[in-house]
Amino acid sequence: MDNFTPYSGFVGGILIGIASTLLLFANGRVAGISGIVGGLLSPRDGEAGWRVTFIVGLLLGVFAYAFAQGRPLTVTIDTSWQTMAIAGFLVGFGTRLGGGCTSGHGICGIARLSARSIVATAIFMLSAIITVFIVRHLGGA
Amino acid sequence: MTGAKRTSAANLFFALCAGILFGLGLAVSQMVNPAKVIGFLDVAGNWDPTLAAVMAGALAVAMPAFRWVLKRPHPLFGASFSLPRRTDLDARLVIGAALFGIGWGVAGFCPGPAIAALTTLAWPVVMFVVAMLAGAIASDWFTNRR
Repeated sequence: MDNFTPYSGFVGGILIGIASTLLLFANGRVAGISGIVGGLLSPRDGEAGWRVTFIVGLLLGVFAYAFAQGRPLTVTIDTSWQTMAIAGFLVGFGTRLGGGCTSGHGICGIARLSARSIVATAIFMLSAIITVFIVRHLGGA
Repeated sequence: MTGAKRTSAANLFFALCAGILFGLGLAVSQMVNPAKVIGFLDVAGNWDPTLAAVMAGALAVAMPAFRWVLKRPHPLFGASFSLPRRTDLDARLVIGAALFGIGWGVAGFCPGPAIAALTTLAWPVVMFVVAMLAGAIASDWFTNRR
């Protein structure tokens, strides 16, 4: 567990919790990213404005952090772009079908003790852990 | 949303603020980095519990705060809270969550971090997000024709 960063993790979590609370308190909307982005795909919605500004804000937040750090954000990806595309499709399909992702079900849903969100979070966590075990330890992909 | 405009300038402003805080949170916690997320999901490897600390921090705020917010008659700028109404467990929820988990485990990205990581303009991230949107469209199509 030499890579465990509990303090920055907890502080980052608090920021996400405040963000979710603010969106619910001010706008009455759930800060589920798959829902916010997915809602942009249905043209009848009429709620595109706040969804776009939220996403713009999210990108600005990441830029602000990189600026404060004095270096651009770096990510470590050891997966080919083809595999990333397949994974992306599954994430988009699955979160839309299941009605939420890590933020919508895992944080906002659990925060209001929704049974659907608790079950969904347990399932996607377990599914992801099994997937990582197969990919990283049984020599798949 | 009777009487009021669907989206006011205040709604846009608070959505922007919430987005900024959300993005900062993802960056500070390093959840934008797939290696960090896979470190959490890899319980049989060099386990990194950071994602659990992130969820703990988020829920420590959201759990009490949501209770308080939802006792109010309506949001500050809006006629009503827009919350999922369903309470039953169905096959779509189970299958959707399971498929999402597979993609999450393979890439180490869920939707928020993937969009946040677009700021790197890294090709695999762009491919992931484009495919994610295609997956969401496919899901809507699949749901609507049934």
